[in-house]
Amino acid sequence: MKTIAVIDYGMGNLHSVSKALEHVASNQRVVVTADPEVIRNAEHVVLPGVGAIRDCMAEIRRLGIDQVVQENIASGKPFLGICVGYQALMQDSEENGGVPCLAHFDGHVRFFGDNLVDEQGEKLKVPHMGWNQVKQTSNHPIWQGIEDNSRFYFVHSYYVEASHPQEVIGETVYGKTCHVALAHQNVVAVQFHPEKSHNAGLQLLKNFAEWNGQA
Amino acid sequence: MALAKRIIPCLDVDKGRVVKGVNFVDIRDAGNPVEVAKRYNEQGADEITFLDITASNEDRATTVHMVEEIASEVFIPLTVGGGIRTCEDIRRMLNAGADKVGINTAAVFNPDFVKEAASRFGSQCIVVAIDCKKVSAPGETNRWEIFTHGGRKATGINAVEWAIKMTEYGAGEILLTSMDRDGTKNGFDLDVTHAISNATAVPIIASGGVGNLQHLADGVTLGHADAVLAASIFHFGEYTIPEAKAFMAAQGIEMRL
Repeated sequence: MKTIAVIDYGMGNLHSVSKALEHVASNQRVVVTADPEVIRNAEHVVLPGVGAIRDCMAEIRRLGIDQVVQENIASGKPFLGICVGYQALMQDSEENGGVPCLAHFDGHVRFFGDNLVDEQGEKLKVPHMGWNQVKQTSNHPIWQGIEDNSRFYFVHSYYVEASHPQEVIGETVYGKTCHVALAHQNVVAVQFHPEKSHNAGLQLLKNFAEWNGQA
Repeated sequence: MALAKRIIPCLDVDKGRVVKGVNFVDIRDAGNPVEVAKRYNEQGADEITFLDITASNEDRATTVHMVEEIASEVFIPLTVGGGIRTCEDIRRMLNAGADKVGINTAAVFNPDFVKEAASRFGSQCIVVAIDCKKVSAPGETNRWEIFTHGGRKATGINAVEWAIKMTEYGAGEILLTSMDRDGTKNGFDLDVTHAISNATAVPIIASGGVGNLQHLADGVTLGHADAVLAASIFHFGEYTIPEAKAFMAAQGIEMRL
């Protein structure tokens, strides 16, 4: 039986990610683990995460997850980053006074700001919390069977600004255009929570579970 | 393209059953929480709030079990409130599958708990629940005060100032309940919703008093709420979630349809 490893670095709610994967991938084993050996042997790897980036990165480094992530990405197996697990793949984040991250993708994680407004000049709340539309800016296997501009559930105060437009596969507008999904080779990363995004989110996780890592 | 306003059905759970009281008393049975949550998930609810209204430890263990069961079948955000007093309580609920926890009384007695919780688990999962009543006399400038113990105890704390303080302490969202309106079906207290929504940067969930679909729409358009919470209009089959969403969308409100 093939295995999907959900990397556990002590931050946040892994239960919902693993439950959602179990729901869509009944023919695969889902394990929540920090064990490098188990992660190494898995066919699919998910890096989730909620909370503050400084604590996340500290735990990722303390547990040696940074090495494991790099190895896994290099091995070519399908890899999915979610929310803070996505932000952790960028070069750095403005959160907590500036935190260096894993630098798998070129680009930065920026604060929405205290004076965020929409196109009509109306004040926007931060965190960006709730269901927003995702425009699919490229045709990636992860979007299969998901209508363009479907709504996904977001909760974040910092957003990704990627350096290479060709890596952006999804965008959402919230006061500014945010890069909410990136892909490069065998790695996909999303800002929203597919595990909390009902049918569209479950479809995305199913697509990931069935993906061979080729874009 | 814009963020949708949310409809959140609320499950008040007592001894393992969904109940609904009027003004926090006079309880009526509305079913098994897991079944009710699944029904709302299928109907397209944007989130579910589970409020544990019993206090005993035995019942709390039942709650953890129910949260686990709901979280294995419902793939939308789940907030659990009621009796959250320590970081251990929060951890237990998050591990059971809750995405956010509601902190109410414990925040009033120990505001630093909100700070501690937000720094440990992240603001995104800390919802501060505010139960307030209007205390100003007619003709005076509006003033609302925080009440605890199901609305029985006044605290002397100004609700708007409290909301600002709680967001400074790390609350990621505010669940605002007007105890004057709760269970009355007369609509939200739009004045306090508007006052708190404009005074704070975080999303506000309006709660207490929904009797019809116009009340939900008013919560957003007049109260400036980011989400609207209701219980009895959905529990007892008066309206479905899709009806509520279609009604609000027809008034120009951005909804996830």
